[in-house]
Amino acid sequence: MTFSGLALALEWNLQPAASRLAAEIQDLHEYVMILCAAIFVGVFGFMFWSVYAHRKSKGHQAEEFHEHTTVEMLWTAIPALILVLIAWPATRLVVAQKDTTAADLTVKVTGIQWKWAYDYLKGEGEGISLISTLSTPREQIEGRAPKGEHYLLEVDNELVVPVNKKIRMITTAADVVHSWWVPAFGAKQDAIPGFLRDTWFRAEKTGVFRGQCAELCGKEHGFMPIVVRVVSQEDYSKWVGERKKALLAQADDPSRKWSLEELKARGEKVYAANCIACHQASGQGSPAVKAPALAGNKFVTAEPGPIDTVLNGRPNTAMQAFGRQLSDTEIAAVITYVRNSWGNKASDVQPAEVKARRK
Amino acid sequence: MNLEQANRRLCMRLALIALGMFGFGFALVPFYGQICAALGVNSLTQRDSVSNTQIDASRTVTIELDSNTHDLPWRFRPLVNHLQVHPGELATVEYEIVNQRAAPVTGQAVPSYGPQFAGEYFKKLECFCFTQQTLAPGETRRMPVTFVVDPKLPRDVNTITVSYTFFEVAGRGGKS
Amino acid sequence: MSAVIDHDHAHGHHDHHGGYGGIMRWITTTNHKDIGTLYLWFSFLMFGVGGIMAVVIRAELFSPGLQFVNPDFFNQLTTMHGLIMIFGAIMPAFVGFANWQIPMMIGAPDMAFARLNNWSFWLLPFAATLLALSFLMPGGAPGVGWTMYAPLTVQMGMGMDFTIFAVHLLGMSSILGAINIITTILNLRAPGMTLLRMPLFVWTWLITAYLLLAVMPVLAGAVTMTLTDRHFGTTFFNAAGGGDPVLYQHIFWFFGHPEVYVVALPAFGVISQVIPAFSRKPLFGYASMVYATSAIAILSFIVWAHHMYTTGIPVSGQLFFMYATILIAVPTGVKVFNWVATMWKGSLSFETPMLFALGFLFMFTLGGFTGLVLALVPVDIQLQDTYYVVAHFHYVMVAGALFAAFAGIYFWLPKWTGKMYDETLGKIHFWLTLVFLNMIFFVQHFLGLAGMPRRIPDYPLMFETWNKISSLGAFGMGLAQLLFLYIVVKCIRSGAPAPQKPWEGADSLEWTHLPTPVPYHSFETPPVLH
Repeated sequence: MTFSGLALALEWNLQPAASRLAAEIQDLHEYVMILCAAIFVGVFGFMFWSVYAHRKSKGHQAEEFHEHTTVEMLWTAIPALILVLIAWPATRLVVAQKDTTAADLTVKVTGIQWKWAYDYLKGEGEGISLISTLSTPREQIEGRAPKGEHYLLEVDNELVVPVNKKIRMITTAADVVHSWWVPAFGAKQDAIPGFLRDTWFRAEKTGVFRGQCAELCGKEHGFMPIVVRVVSQEDYSKWVGERKKALLAQADDPSRKWSLEELKARGEKVYAANCIACHQASGQGSPAVKAPALAGNKFVTAEPGPIDTVLNGRPNTAMQAFGRQLSDTEIAAVITYVRNSWGNKASDVQPAEVKARRK
Repeated sequence: MNLEQANRRLCMRLALIALGMFGFGFALVPFYGQICAALGVNSLTQRDSVSNTQIDASRTVTIELDSNTHDLPWRFRPLVNHLQVHPGELATVEYEIVNQRAAPVTGQAVPSYGPQFAGEYFKKLECFCFTQQTLAPGETRRMPVTFVVDPKLPRDVNTITVSYTFFEVAGRGGKS
Repeated sequence: MSAVIDHDHAHGHHDHHGGYGGIMRWITTTNHKDIGTLYLWFSFLMFGVGGIMAVVIRAELFSPGLQFVNPDFFNQLTTMHGLIMIFGAIMPAFVGFANWQIPMMIGAPDMAFARLNNWSFWLLPFAATLLALSFLMPGGAPGVGWTMYAPLTVQMGMGMDFTIFAVHLLGMSSILGAINIITTILNLRAPGMTLLRMPLFVWTWLITAYLLLAVMPVLAGAVTMTLTDRHFGTTFFNAAGGGDPVLYQHIFWFFGHPEVYVVALPAFGVISQVIPAFSRKPLFGYASMVYATSAIAILSFIVWAHHMYTTGIPVSGQLFFMYATILIAVPTGVKVFNWVATMWKGSLSFETPMLFALGFLFMFTLGGFTGLVLALVPVDIQLQDTYYVVAHFHYVMVAGALFAAFAGIYFWLPKWTGKMYDETLGKIHFWLTLVFLNMIFFVQHFLGLAGMPRRIPDYPLMFETWNKISSLGAFGMGLAQLLFLYIVVKCIRSGAPAPQKPWEGADSLEWTHLPTPVPYHSFETPPVLH
């Protein structure tokens, strides 16, 4: 490995702010840092000087004093005053940060091991849902391919929001605690299973902003980034229109009969996005997270296939109820793929069968 | 009192402190529930009573409705995504659940509010979350939530998100 | 009394080792010095184990991509590194100091409950074994972080249960130790040793022991609830049954924040002995030191939710915990100012213990300032769960507690072993540790600010350079500690004989009233104090 990123990589301060809140957090941080640095230099300048001036090797004789009430009162009172100077601007910012009222757009974000689901609840784009999964290929992570510019910070479906609009993010989680964080917006909020929390941001620049899950959520915690694309109002309206059209088009007719090859091809993609983290590209599974091997697995190749398991999940494991995230076609495809890969051989599963099991 | 007795006595007292603190850890559980109820955070499944029904027509509040299921083979959604109400006004919304499993399933809904303190002002008179719901295989059920937004709601709050999460009640209705 | 005597050991020929020789002597010993020695060696062993884990973690983070360990094992390593370093290395090290020093410093013959003392120690190896065994369970050790947040703990395998039982044993050991220390200090002081004449190290341990007594049972409660949630159908932390995952965090941090001071206060105590000794001048503001220590201990109970700003606690809660937290800066500041004033107009010399004490003062204060930054809710929202937090608490735990432990070991080693350590090597050890420590942790502030989350096995390319520097520092730090082991062994085996009072300015009873090396039983008759 080389120090290839040397020029780029010497980041040492907060990321450039893209919202007023983030900018104000930076200002507060700088203000406190300067204050702290001044005190630090003052106290330790004094200490090093007194250590130097009163060293024994120079023959300094120790004096015997060991208290001084006035001085002691002073160095209790003065720091207390300085703290007030710090607490005051911080308080103002805390209140602003918590003010999630009067939002233009409300988006619910659900943390799932290990991806994010976004549902546009209210405002333009209402009804759009997307699932956002890491798109960095495994080969890059495992060092079998050169790493791209946005290594570990790229997803298949980005959260798209309009610029200069107040976006309220409602967080919750499907399994364990996650934390949704975009540094450039100064917004971080834990996502807690069974409960609702909220935060907000107003992006003031268009562009792509990236963050990562900030609360340990299991094995792939480091691999569930957050990518937000901030676009102009016109582009946003256009995106909403396209998205809605695509949603209609994507609503595959579940009664159509698919060929085995079609299903396998589609299933491979679904597998890569949803299953590979635990069950591995080789289908060997990982015992550490109780993910069984799929290769040579009799339960997988038995009739009618593990449709119920994929639909409903296994409680208290990372195996989720994918019925809520994937369409009938996607589930049929991924099961067919699993039943016909790594030496497995079994019949295909049609979307209609999945649809039937849902009821 | 000799030294050994004094030591033993102090030891007993200190052991009692430790035991008490072990109990305190558990006492935090109901205590936390009380604090949350008092602050209107995470207030759970009890029926509220409403005394003041004065309608404050001078402002409207948007109620956003949200639904989640947690490891449960149900399709669960509100029939409307949001509505406008005046504080003090009685309103009813409906949710729909579909049991997608070929077996009866029992679930319990847990409500949650955004912003959190709004829970205190969202008074539920009727809610499917007061009791467990058991659905037969394939059953579809529509369930109402009747509520009043307390007129004491701070004036700067104009949106309340109400979210229900259904959890499976273990050991009831049978797992497949 | 004894027929067989361990000739190699520093205490050498003495006739009060109890009825056994060899290994049985150590298993059955009720002598506070023997038990102190056991604690210290156990602590060093755990320091080594936790350190190896840290080196593996840093090796994985040397470059982006997955190289040596898979993400799941990485999480297991960070979890165990944290648990082992806190409960296995740092806490037992200071209990070891307490065992050795408290009876000597207050003029007592031994600890109040000698048999109990033996049990407190021997619980530790069992706990450590349970932690080690958890790696061998199906699913491995828990990969949940040392904070063990629900509901991730529910997903873990058997290793989680082993860890929970280990935490129970560790907690039991700490509670028994705390009871013993409090009783010793309150009941066994020599006539004339009033509370306000006790050395500050004894004071800090008295307060620490009360903290332990108050918070270890709460941790035991939290992990017990985790256990029943996992296996017995309770729903303390599960919304499905009316519980709340955030409740776990409240209970855990109610223990967790005072725990920080359980580690820090004895460190303050050691520093308060070392600095006056090498300044040849009494501690400045003794009374205010006692009050400041008490104030810190009390405040530590009302600041726990500053670890939870991003969980969505109400704004009034955020403000309360922010104000309470920054308030701790006042008594902490008083302590730092007192130490500096102790040195002012003294007659200073810079042997190894003093160097570590000065290093402690400098870097612990740095950790204090980053703590102040993190206490501010808006800034913490950005920095919570990033490497900034990792840097902050390592400055407190390593540059703070570990440096104080090193200072204490070099300070008292002559008294304990009767021999001097190699001063030149000691100084080299100090400078190597200082340089590598800052290399590891200072750059982590930058990583955190730039947005690198903690507990990730792989990271985006923009974090590469600082991570490389940090990893190189970790490798150096690991090697430097081998030098420390060599220094201690060399001192025990072939150090020059130490005088009764090798440090000119030291003035507590173990230096003024006891010969070097100390007899197996100190103060069979109480010393006479003026």
